[in-house]
Formats: sequence, structure tokens, C-alpha cells
Amino acid sequence: MSKNLDINVHHLTRVEGHGNIVINMKEGRLEKAELQIVEAPRYFEALLKGRSFHEAAIITSRICGICALGHQIASLKATEDALGLEVSEQTILLRKLLVNGATLQSNVLHVYFLVAPDLLNAPSVFPLIPTHKNVILRALRMKRLANDIGDIVSGRAVHPITPVPGGFTHIPTAGELKELRRRLIEEGLPDVVETVKTIKSLAGRIPDFVRETEYISLQDKNEYALYDGEIFSSDTGATAVRNYRDITSEFVVAHSTSKHARHARSSYMVGALARWNNNHNQLTEISLNAAEEMGLKPDCYNPYLNNVAQVVECAHCVEDSIAIIDRLLELGLKNEKPNQTPTKYGVGIGSTEVPRGILFHEYEYDRKGNIVFANCIIPTGQNLANIDDDMKKLVPEIIDKPKKDITKQLEMLVRAYDPCISCSVHLLNVKFINDSED
Amino acid sequence: MSTQTAPKTKPQIAFFDFTSCEGCQLNKLNLENHLLEILEHVDIVEFREAMDDKADAYDIAFIEGSISTPSCVERIHDIRRRAKILVALGSCAVTGGINAMKNLQPIEDVRETVYGKDKYLFPTLPAMPVSAIVKVDYEIHGCPMSIPEFLVVFKALVMGKQPIKPDSPVCVECKLRENECLYDRGMVCLGPITLSGCDAICPSFGQFCTGCRGLVPDANKNAMLDILTDHGLSLQEAEKRLLLFNSYKQPDTFK
Ligand code: SF4
Ligand code: SF4
Repeated sequence: MSKNLDINVHHLTRVEGHGNIVINMKEGRLEKAELQIVEAPRYFEALLKGRSFHEAAIITSRICGICALGHQIASLKATEDALGLEVSEQTILLRKLLVNGATLQSNVLHVYFLVAPDLLNAPSVFPLIPTHKNVILRALRMKRLANDIGDIVSGRAVHPITPVPGGFTHIPTAGELKELRRRLIEEGLPDVVETVKTIKSLAGRIPDFVRETEYISLQDKNEYALYDGEIFSSDTGATAVRNYRDITSEFVVAHSTSKHARHARSSYMVGALARWNNNHNQLTEISLNAAEEMGLKPDCYNPYLNNVAQVVECAHCVEDSIAIIDRLLELGLKNEKPNQTPTKYGVGIGSTEVPRGILFHEYEYDRKGNIVFANCIIPTGQNLANIDDDMKKLVPEIIDKPKKDITKQLEMLVRAYDPCISCSVHLLNVKFINDSED
Repeated sequence: MSTQTAPKTKPQIAFFDFTSCEGCQLNKLNLENHLLEILEHVDIVEFREAMDDKADAYDIAFIEGSISTPSCVERIHDIRRRAKILVALGSCAVTGGINAMKNLQPIEDVRETVYGKDKYLFPTLPAMPVSAIVKVDYEIHGCPMSIPEFLVVFKALVMGKQPIKPDSPVCVECKLRENECLYDRGMVCLGPITLSGCDAICPSFGQFCTGCRGLVPDANKNAMLDILTDHGLSLQEAEKRLLLFNSYKQPDTFK
């Protein structure tokens, strides 16, 4: 059957940043299937040149409001690695608590406000307010709880204030942490259970599409890796963070202001699903039960289920935050001065998991503590080639559907990755190119 | 917001993002406790980050982000034509913010650092505040924009009133909060020349003011540089610190 199809979604909605989806099929041959990134470039690597180590994390936080904390953490770790700054156990625990808060907030925002409207056939979350008020109130409550972790521990959830190289400028009181703990138990855990039920009831509407790919994430011997670890690839196994360039090999393509990446194959996937596939056996019990209830199994090759993996991580973040607070209270909070006396100068690399996947910052410092070189590798940039490959397999499989349905399914695919386009430019609309359908 | 004073037809409002981190929009979604209440008083007709809908005209358009490409220029003119009131949201839109740091380096070098030999694939202009291209009616400062300030301006505009603009430095709010001055703790801080309205949030959390809200109207650059160099920064470091969020407003436009 000869088939022509042109889809052109300009400035895709309900994603962070500007992108277009362009599909062009001629006589049954797919000529183009790509996510074009049209976000204005912001040139952060250039902005960092000449900046002091006190300013690096303040600047990189502004790469992305949603992943601000992740960019700060990766930046601080790179700076500390380069300047030989050791940090205390308390600092690491507080950072892990912040990472849980940021992951919870981002996953809740994405699943409830950006993905759920697709599953309920609504153009946005706003028309759902009267019909699903309790669900929305629950989502807002979970977001508030997650943001309160950020506000209390870091001064402000968007562009955190207190995390600096070598430690914190301010720490929460035991009373504030106890109150957070109470809310995590009394609000957080029950809300997670209800979220799992909601997603389970909608799971039948998630498209059934399978494409096995390479999954890359951090992996930590001791825990489900969000803050730290080694790089792990489902194809090639573990490798040290210092070798990150072997993994990410970035390249520039004309249809995207964000660079693409590839490793063992033409593309790889990062994010919640990659973390699930690589590290699911380290999740807490409640999270594993949640996964089972929603039908998420290990070695899952359906990218749409990234959203289900995000819900599983919500459970993990709530449970793990309670455990971290217990440990902090057991240690007793100490007012420590940040350790900002460099013991060396040179190159440092920091890697962490942000909600959308593995993130790398690399800086080189001169002897005055100013940056001479910076490189930031962003999760969405790493996922772009994988999204293009998914679209190339998906379009022929659903080509007999009406164009409207094809467009929606492509938009949902891109949204499933929770792309963060501001971040990656350093994304989103669907374009189908000739509009003759037969 | 009280229900009695709400106008009969709800104002049509829209949010647009330009070159930015979208943190200001996110900060707005972080108004969890006020969000549903706000929605009772306005109709959000366009908000690409959260919804599919598009509209033709707006009573109030909120703009996040700097103008930094030729297509940004076209888009902001188009929005201005269709908006009764236009509000710039956050440092990127109000002063050029962190984006304007790229203006300090030759643009060819900036593009080459990021894209190498492929630098010509993507067009760019100097990063500019929205007011460099079109008339801006109100400004909400901060990086991210401060939520209390947003609520004050938002409520005033929805009720058809004029919001009041801050003009004192951050130090005033910092003193009101009875913080120990960071200069007494061996740090340096841009509070003395930075516009207040943030409730001195950074110094209150032990971190120096970065100047993200822009400068007070009569900012004295030389006095500020003296303070910074007296407290251990080299002149070069001091100048760089001043420019962190204030690169668009070049130093010679200071008094
Ligand atoms: S002003 Fe700051 S928080 Fe707002 S969009 Fe710009 S960089 Fe992001
Ligand atoms: S800490 Fe900063 S803002 Fe506060 S009084 Fe001192 S200089 Fe001013």
C-alpha cells in the first residue's frame, strides 16, 4: 500500500521548552521522523568561562528551573572534585534529601499535569479541575510537600540558595525536619498509594509499543542511585564517571539546537525507565509493590511506561526521605562551615541523576579558582536520538490510523520522556511534512 | 482576592516563554495553595507549558525570558499587538538576567565554545530584556521571580489597580529581618545596590545577594566596587560579580 503522510507539530505543548515533531512519509517510505529542537541556545558553557567556583552552581542552576537542583548538585560535585574539597556525611545526607524532593516534585508535576490530560483526552489539566478535583488536590498536596523539602533544606525549591561548594550556608532545624518527617508519613505515603491506584486505573490507555534499546544510568553498590554512583549501561556494564565522554559522544545535528548523543548503538535511553531497568532490585518495598500493582516489570522496553516508572520513584523518594531524616536526627544536626579551601586545581567531573536521566558537568579550574573550560551533558540531549529512533519504528506500526491519532500518539511519546528542552539547549511541536493522506 | 470585587467577566490571561530556564513559570505552578483560587478569578487562555489551547487576544500577557533570536523579536511584537497589559516576569525578561552574560564575550567565541565548527547552524542576537523591543507595562523582578511580588501585582492588575514598585535596596529588608550582615561574617554581598522585594531571601539563608533583581535606581557602582575590594575581592573579581545578573545594563550606565 502506498502511503503519504506529513505531520508538523510546531511548538509542542505540555513540555518544557520549544520543539517540533516532523514526520514525512512518501509512498510508504519514511523519509523523516524527527524531534526538532528550536529552543534558543543559551550558551552556558561559554558563560561559565572565567567565573569563580563560588559562582558556578549559581549560574548552572539557571540552565533549567525544573532541574535546577540537579544542575547545582552536578556542578558542586564537579567543583569539589576539581578543587579537592571533601564534604561531610551531613552534607551528603542533606543533598540526598534535596534530590528526593526535586525528583518527587518533578515526577508528580509531569505525571499529573502533563501526561494525565492525554490519558483522559483533555487539552490540559485545567478542564479536569471540576471533574477530578480530589485527584488534583492530591497532586497539589504532593507537589507542595516535595517543594517544602526544597524550601526548608535549600531556602527555595526553584534555584536553591543554601547548597554551595563544600557544604551548606544554612541547615534546617531538627524541628523542621521532624515536621517534614511527620508529613511524609501522614500525607506522603497515603498520597503515593492513591496515586498508584489512579495510574493503575488509567494504565490500559497507555500505548502498547516496544523497542528495546540501550539503557544508561548511574548505579551505586549501596542504594538506588539518584545522587551518586558509577555509570552503568545495559549493553556494556559499569564504567567510572571519569570516562563519561566514552559514553555520551555528543554530536551536532542540523535539526536541533541541542546536541545528540550515542554509545553502543545508534541511540540510548536515560531517565526513570533506564534507572528502573538497571537498578529496580534496590528499590524500597513499597516502590516494588507499586510497580507490581501498576504492571511495570523489569526489563521494560515500552518508553511510554517511563511515566509509570516515575510514579514508582515517587514512592521511593517518600520512603527514602523518611530514612534520611531519621539518620540526620540520629547524627544530630551540626552547624558546619562549608569547606571552601582548595587543596588542588584542575579538572573535575560531577554526575548525578536528575528526574530526566543522568547528568554530567565537567569543569577545569585555573590556580585562582576560575573556570577555564566547562562541559555540561544534559539528559534530554542524550534521549533525543532515542526519541527519533522510537518514532522511526512507531510510525510504520500505526500508519493505518487516522492522522489525528498518529499525531497524538507521537506527542505522547515525546512527552513520555518528560523532555526538558531549556536544559537540552544548550523542545517541542509535531510536524507531518506533505499533508496528502490516502 | 475577595469575590465581591472580582469583575463580572474574567480577565483573559496568557503566559509566554522566551529564552529562559522556565523557572519563573515553574515557580508560579508552585503556588499550590493559591492556584485553584487564582483560577476562579481569571481564564488562562494560553500557557504552552501546561496546555494545548491558543487564543487571539489577552487582557494580560505575562512574558518570561529574554529576547535572543530573530524569531523571538517577531513573536514578542505579535504578542504585544494582542495584549492589553504586558508584564515581564523574572530577571531574564526584566533585565536580560543571566542570559545577558553572553553579551560580554564576542558572539563568535560564545557560539564556537558550545557548537564548535557547527556554530553557523543556529542564529543568535545579544540577549535583551523584553523592554528593549516592546513597551512593558509592569515588571516582576527576581531569579526566579518572587512569588509574593507576583501575587501582589497579579491581584492588583486583576482588580484593575496600579501595583506599587519597590525602589529601596535589599539591605533594607535584610535589616528588617534582623540578619547578621554577611560582611561581618567575612563574605561579600550585592545587597547594597540590589533592588528589594525578595525579603532578602538569600542573606537570610546565609548566602550572598547575587544581584538577581537588578539595580536600585541610583546605584553607585564605584562605592560598591570599593566595598567589594575592601572585603577581599580583586577589582576584576568585583566587576565580574556585579555583572552576574546585570550584564545587559553595562557598567557605564551606572552613576
Ligand atoms: S529569571 Fe531566573 S528563574 Fe526566571 S526564567 Fe530567567 S533564569 Fe529562570
Ligand atoms: S547581608 Fe547583604 S543584604 Fe544583608 S545587610 Fe549585609 S550587605 Fe545588605
